[in-house]
Amino acid sequence: MNRSGRGLQAYAVIYLLFLYAPIILLPIFAFNSGTIIAFPLQGFSTEWFEQMWSNTTLRRALANSLTIAVSASVLATCLGIFAARASTRFAFPGKGGIMGFIMLPMVLPEIIVAMSLLVVLLGVGVQLSLLTVIAGHTLICMPYAIAVLSTAFSSLDRSLEEAAYDLGESRWGAFRLVTLPLVMPGIISALLISFTISLDEFIIAFFLAGNEPTLPTYIFSQLRFPRAIPVIMALGTVLVLISIVLLAIGEYFRRRGNARIGGSPTGGLL
Amino acid sequence: MTEAMIACKGVHKYYGDYHALRGIDLTIRAGEFFSLLGPSGCGKTTLLRTIAGFEDISQGVVLIDGRDMGEVPANKRPTNMVFQSYAIFPHLTVAENVAFGLRRDPRPKADKAAAVEEALAMVGLKGYGARSAHALSGGQRQRVALARALILKPKVLLLDEPLSALDRKMREQMQVELIKLQRQVGITFVLVTHDQEEALVMSDRIAVMFEGEIAQLDGPEALYARPATRRVADFIGVMNFLPARILSESAGTVTVEVAGLGQVELPERQISRADPEDDGPMIGFRPETMTLLGPTATHSQPRETNASIDEVVYYGDMTYYDLRLDGADQLDGKARPVRISMRNVFGRDVQEVGTRTRLAWSPGSLVLFR
Repeated sequence: MNRSGRGLQAYAVIYLLFLYAPIILLPIFAFNSGTIIAFPLQGFSTEWFEQMWSNTTLRRALANSLTIAVSASVLATCLGIFAARASTRFAFPGKGGIMGFIMLPMVLPEIIVAMSLLVVLLGVGVQLSLLTVIAGHTLICMPYAIAVLSTAFSSLDRSLEEAAYDLGESRWGAFRLVTLPLVMPGIISALLISFTISLDEFIIAFFLAGNEPTLPTYIFSQLRFPRAIPVIMALGTVLVLISIVLLAIGEYFRRRGNARIGGSPTGGLL
Repeated sequence: MTEAMIACKGVHKYYGDYHALRGIDLTIRAGEFFSLLGPSGCGKTTLLRTIAGFEDISQGVVLIDGRDMGEVPANKRPTNMVFQSYAIFPHLTVAENVAFGLRRDPRPKADKAAAVEEALAMVGLKGYGARSAHALSGGQRQRVALARALILKPKVLLLDEPLSALDRKMREQMQVELIKLQRQVGITFVLVTHDQEEALVMSDRIAVMFEGEIAQLDGPEALYARPATRRVADFIGVMNFLPARILSESAGTVTVEVAGLGQVELPERQISRADPEDDGPMIGFRPETMTLLGPTATHSQPRETNASIDEVVYYGDMTYYDLRLDGADQLDGKARPVRISMRNVFGRDVQEVGTRTRLAWSPGSLVLFR
């Protein structure tokens, strides 16, 4: 290996350390019996996990976050399927503009989305609740879901659906029996991406949840109390684990789907 | 004449401003192997999709088996299609693919399974039912697509460039198999192709299309020997063209002066139409209708012309000679090489580039485009 190669290698190592060292610290301090987040480590303990589990506010925040994330990801993905199919299959007037506006929240500062939503909701007189957060999260998850789903739909041979229709199926039957199974890996990816975006979204949840806590807003509120930090570390460890498991599930389905249709990827996560 | 299976009457199709089909009038007979032939963009696929019901027509009528298809959607038409990409469902097995159209069939499961087996046997895929569709080769996919369409016993099978994705050898094999299959099932086949050789080999009749119109509808032999227009002649096989000047006309017979060939008299049946973009009358002839003579050979053809050999292309069984006829530039000053093909028979040497040679021919093989 030449010198410049070695330099790049060092750069890659430093980069990965910077990225993952803080995350590796999470489980280390989560299992540390000391209350202060500092080396040297004190001793092994599962106390923080027990505290976390017995904390009713935290459990409520977790339940809220899961409710929001599941609802928003299902909504965003369903709506995304319609939009992605329409944009990849049909030409209609104003298509560019419509798709542009749907994709815009991806680049729009979230604080602006959150603020304007809050102003509108208050103006209309809608009570802030989990439902308003779900609506907000659906809005920001949609572009990501559509991006993944569009790839899935556009890599699909148009004549497959036509063939099913030609063989006597209805339009819906052709979609359900042929298109849907073939874009399923894309749908699962869209669900997972939307779920993870919603789960750790802070600003919209902070603005629109009213008095209901979500995990990010709860974590933020607890950071003021040094005594609560080890519990947050434990919570963080659990969240990292969940992320890894979700990613693995998504990847498993994507590979299985690809193997079934002969290896042509239709919009996966990785 | 047998009854009409498909009739198109004054069919027009517009995509916005683009006029894709310009008044198609066409009758396809029951049990016929019919081809729509033309260069890409000529509207042949649009016409096929119109018959299948995938495209609405802007004007005109399409009848299948005497029934107006205007309000009948593709899934209710007595047609099935073999797509260019074959459109095999990759997530299903071969048997599930073939059985797809039987989903709404009320027959018991065992009967359907037997029908699937029968269809697979018909296309030479007996025992392939349990395989994954995506693991098949191109030729096998093609067969699955055929079995999947034919199991429904359609009145018409539509084939959209079904052989274009196969290699040459496979293609030639499938051509023969398709002809046999069509005779066996007796279903009307409508084939779309841009490959004139494929159309000539397989079809009972061929419609040659240019720019949304049918230029000629004829059997393969008539199409090859008696092209209706200069463009058809150019598209089907190889045709040599030489400029001509009309000297006189009487009772349907035209006397022309042909560059390099001299004066010939042509009866009405050897006269076809020129195309709007042509500069004037032209004489056309096929490469195999003239004979290149050795230095001492004699012949029984009425005419003989001197030429020199510009290029020799050797194909094993055949040799192609590019020749310059003496006086070929006499009408407009342009040199026009003509191509002659000779079967390589034992004992006849291939002639060399630069050789002076003689060409024997008969006025009966010429076509005048005017």
